[in-house]
Amino acid sequence: MKRDVAVLGVGQTKFGSHPDKTLPELFAEAFFEAFDSSNIELRDIEAIYFGNFVGEITDGAANLGGFIADEIGLSGIPAYRFEGACASSSVAFREAYLAVKHGIYDCVLVGGAEKLHSAGTPIGTRALATALDSAYEVNSGLTFPGVFALIARLYAKTYDIPLDKLREKIAHVSVKNHKYGAMNPKAQFYNKFGNLKVEDVLNSRMICSPLTLFDCCPMTDGASAVIIATADFAEDRVDEPIYVRGTGQASAGSLFRQKWDIVKALPRRKSAEMAYKEAGMTPKDIDVAFIHDCFTIAEVIASEAMGFFEYGKGADAVEEGLTWADGEIPINPDGGLIGKGHPVGATGTAQIYSAVKLLRGELDFVKIDAETAITDTLGGDFGTLVNIILSVHRR
Amino acid sequence: MFKDFFSALMEGKLIGAKCRECEEITCPPKSTCNRCGSRNLEIVELSGKGKIVSYTVTYVAPLGYDREVPYVVAIVELDEGAWIIGRLDVDAEKADNEDLIGKRVEVYGKEFPTEQFYPDKQRRVVPMFRVVE
Ligand SMILES: [Zn+2]
Repeated sequence: MKRDVAVLGVGQTKFGSHPDKTLPELFAEAFFEAFDSSNIELRDIEAIYFGNFVGEITDGAANLGGFIADEIGLSGIPAYRFEGACASSSVAFREAYLAVKHGIYDCVLVGGAEKLHSAGTPIGTRALATALDSAYEVNSGLTFPGVFALIARLYAKTYDIPLDKLREKIAHVSVKNHKYGAMNPKAQFYNKFGNLKVEDVLNSRMICSPLTLFDCCPMTDGASAVIIATADFAEDRVDEPIYVRGTGQASAGSLFRQKWDIVKALPRRKSAEMAYKEAGMTPKDIDVAFIHDCFTIAEVIASEAMGFFEYGKGADAVEEGLTWADGEIPINPDGGLIGKGHPVGATGTAQIYSAVKLLRGELDFVKIDAETAITDTLGGDFGTLVNIILSVHRR
Repeated sequence: MFKDFFSALMEGKLIGAKCRECEEITCPPKSTCNRCGSRNLEIVELSGKGKIVSYTVTYVAPLGYDREVPYVVAIVELDEGAWIIGRLDVDAEKADNEDLIGKRVEVYGKEFPTEQFYPDKQRRVVPMFRVVE
């Protein structure tokens, strides 16, 4: 018994700094927005799929399923916590989707919360590094900016682009995503850096060469929530259900174990192909993409692996404007991780929040005609990859 | 297993796991072959020589590593084919001003203080890469 699945309400807190709230309190805020726009009863929700990456380190908090359920008045139902680094809530979403699709539940809550900003940069950087190989990568002091710095330098070499030229090209990702982030009231950088220039990116503080501060997404506190159900259930309750048309997921080990293709991000290609296949679509059918731009170069290599551009052409594409809101394939018109913020465990369902709002024509600050969107969430150095395709059309 | 790898490295030996099915060298060793997934492996000593694939100078370090900045993290492709991650023992300025990709290196081990989250609670060993050309 396979059923079509759709999104009802979505919710997202303002991204940024929330030192005054616990993880469950922060999540409750996102949940209430999602619930209040779903036209359902509390008792309709049969299970909770919650994503969180490092609650133990930032808040001394684990076993979060129960605390989340209790905080929002749903104590008693099954509540799971999912951890797949930055892809935690996308993994949660995919599991929730599969459960509804295959008849386990009719209506469930998915979401995530994280408090990395409040943790401070040294602890936050160490917490993020737990998503790397703990024995063989972290020992050298490798960090996530470091991983993508290694990839940037290798990308330049592989495609024979002078490193300084590549830095300029990928700086456009930061300029673009900050432009949209500055327009997004829920973004960490709302009203900030909207007029960032390529030179500002190049001249900001070096974090891991060749990546500077503006090549990186920030540390963020935030939460997001999504209610999904069978398409029939959703159609009875909301005017514009957004249908989940396909999902994909893939895995890999440490970066150095993936020696065959680190600039090509093979796990992402596998995950995206799984999602396209289930949806019966190709990259040409996608109108807008919400891609894991943890770093400028990360968006570029993702845009290639997902099939929007040939390998080696992604950096040119952003420089030429093809991924801007008025371009061929708009990428991250909500600001992405760079402009909107990256509350790790909440990021995947926050991408879905933006995608759903945009497909419903409710993303007021940017106008894009779109019927189909894809999300892309990356955990670790390609260890966990999830892609989700959403559409206004059921079939 | 990971402690054996670092103990050998501190004794001047870089060890890998050679696959008896497909000949692939997996380094550092893991429970299965990095190419074919076979468990039919034997531990072998490698040449400890290779070339730089990519590198980055780290200026912002995690808690526990902040006293070591700036440091240069690199991926090296060993002559036996495996890639490993370690640190280049060149100074940050040289690494940022020159293109070191493709340079030949030799691997050796260096001990650093461990930190609360590192799996070895006694010490933290880092594969170091010495440029030899
Ligand atoms: Zn093998």
